[in-house]
Amino acid sequence: MSQLVGEPVHTATAEGKWRKSKPATLQLSREFGGARPHVLLIMLIALGALLLLSLALGSASIPFDQIVTILLNGEADQPAWTHIVLKFRLPKTLTAMFAGMALGVSGLLMQTYFRNPLAEPFVLGVSAGASLGVALVVLTTGAAGGALLAGLGLAGDLLMTVAAGVGAAMTMLFVLLVAVRIQSSVSLLILGLMFGYLVAAMVSLLLYFALPERIQAYINWTFGSFGGVTNEQLPVLAGIVLAGLLLSAALTKALNALLLGEEYARSLGANLRRTRIGIVLATALLVSAVTAFCGPIAFIGIAVPHLCRGLLASADHRLLLPGACLAGACVALCASLIAELPGNNLVLPLNVVTALMGAPVVMLVVLRQARGQL
Amino acid sequence: MTAQALETRDLAIGYRRRTKGDIRLAHGLNLILQRGKLVGLLGSNGVGKSTLLRTLAGRQKPLDGRVLLAGQDLAALSPLALARRLSIVLTLAPQPGLMNGYALVALGRHPHSDWLGRLSAEDHATVAWAIDAVGADDLADLPLAELSDGQRQKLMIARALAQDADIMLLDEPTAYLDLPRRVETMQLLRQLAQSAERALLISTHDLDLALRNCDQLWLMSDAGIMTGAPEDLALDGRLGATFDAAAITFDKRIGSFVLDPKGGPRVRLIGEGEAVLWLRRALERSGFTVCSDAADIEVAHRANGAAATWDLRVNSHASAHSTIQSVLEALDSERI
Repeated sequence: MSQLVGEPVHTATAEGKWRKSKPATLQLSREFGGARPHVLLIMLIALGALLLLSLALGSASIPFDQIVTILLNGEADQPAWTHIVLKFRLPKTLTAMFAGMALGVSGLLMQTYFRNPLAEPFVLGVSAGASLGVALVVLTTGAAGGALLAGLGLAGDLLMTVAAGVGAAMTMLFVLLVAVRIQSSVSLLILGLMFGYLVAAMVSLLLYFALPERIQAYINWTFGSFGGVTNEQLPVLAGIVLAGLLLSAALTKALNALLLGEEYARSLGANLRRTRIGIVLATALLVSAVTAFCGPIAFIGIAVPHLCRGLLASADHRLLLPGACLAGACVALCASLIAELPGNNLVLPLNVVTALMGAPVVMLVVLRQARGQL
Repeated sequence: MTAQALETRDLAIGYRRRTKGDIRLAHGLNLILQRGKLVGLLGSNGVGKSTLLRTLAGRQKPLDGRVLLAGQDLAALSPLALARRLSIVLTLAPQPGLMNGYALVALGRHPHSDWLGRLSAEDHATVAWAIDAVGADDLADLPLAELSDGQRQKLMIARALAQDADIMLLDEPTAYLDLPRRVETMQLLRQLAQSAERALLISTHDLDLALRNCDQLWLMSDAGIMTGAPEDLALDGRLGATFDAAAITFDKRIGSFVLDPKGGPRVRLIGEGEAVLWLRRALERSGFTVCSDAADIEVAHRANGAAATWDLRVNSHASAHSTIQSVLEALDSERI
């Protein structure tokens, strides 16, 4: 992406129709073919707008200029507004952003590594491990059960966060150990899936013998929520996610080589073992953190990579990684906004919104892409 | 004197097993690949061609012995150092979506580029040169999804060239291509070996093309590997010995394999020229033994003008035929 201007610009061929709309300043070198890098800029602007919207909209209506004042460290006309924005909306907005980035990027890592468009962040069984941790806590502890039902900020309960984190981390360790020893990505995929089934069965068993009101608490956790992270917890989430994103960025070249398959990637000098461990570690960090703090958020991880490939018209991870970051954050913020249905006190489960809203969009993008290819 | 591009010392190849002992496919191999030469690796299925290629490419550990790249032990090279010296082309060209031909070839610059894989002006020049060398200029800006197998394989060869490694190993790169594309690819590889000064090793089942295009052949059989110029190997019978099976033999005179006579009824063939050659093939296919001395069945070619006419005599019964098919049908009815 260094060759922004002055590189030999290839003459128009099949991609002529794309190039017309591309601003000259974003012209990349010939290897990027018909890619649309300017979409990254659009995504960035959209992200900025969504961040502001997410801070401005909520069940309490606060004037927009007051939001800006609060963000610029000022005092709002009503102290309660400052409290709402800084204590509730800001952590929730940032949580949605980090979670979206983490899920989008980890989905991309999994799809590229397994060379499978259906791969998603949870194929390694991380969410299954987290759900077992939560199920153990919610369904078996007597004292916590009642308290958990108290509010909707269920995922915010520290005990659950810790339980989910421990469950996810244990799974991550198991998968890492496997990844160190096993060379075949297919074996790793199947082991991850089997591990997921195994753990899901244990959760089902716990559910079968649990009291109904406890089951409700567990189910609420599975709906996912960005609202349970406090300002104190946020740096932990942000730190782990940033570490995972940095690790992913370091894998960019190896991911591009993997587009040709493992054999060719190796012949291009990629250290496959190191790459495999890097991909699993990055995914584990990203997904464990999100699942621990927000619950098992479905759909974003599988959809965002497809959305990015479609919108950027490229398979190059130098575009896709930043794209998955930005698009993931945008999708998560959109979902979070819609789930709250501004002007209404009703809050929909997050996982319902991500799929309801996202599936048609992705269908559209994939269909468009398929038409272009056939 | 400079070291050979690739050299093996007492190499043994095969698979290690924890129990039941190793599977040794070949041992005591002392092979040499030189720059500027195209070497063809021939052998029956399952004899170990791919294992040899994988061992030479550093994908698989030798059971014994060493592989030297320009005098340096392969086992001591890092993946990156190895990638700068050796490139590969596999049977199946991958088909990544949303990528153009140029980007595919540019991936070959990975061993030389920075951590993001950014291309310098020099890298761009190498990529353009490689694309030009394989004659794929018209494919560079097309999406890979729109290309045929043969076109993508051509780009994969350009990608290996762009990797700028002395040695190129190709594992049956033409297996899925049609005949004209196979001929084209073989000729391209021979030209590349010479013009780009690369050491090329290609495994193939295309005996005829290998005989015509390779500077050297490695004939692999259970007994080991025999090396030499294709013509020498053909003349002294080693080529035939490697492939001879129950039903076919290598015919030195015509430079290809023929179906063995199955000891069927003897037919005397009288005449010369193309028509007789084709009739001979038809008779052999139908299970007859063609000879030139007296036999119960005789076919004579009458070259009187344009239409080929055959005189068939079975015992004392004579008939005339205008096509080979008609001859075969007549023979069939006589046999019953």
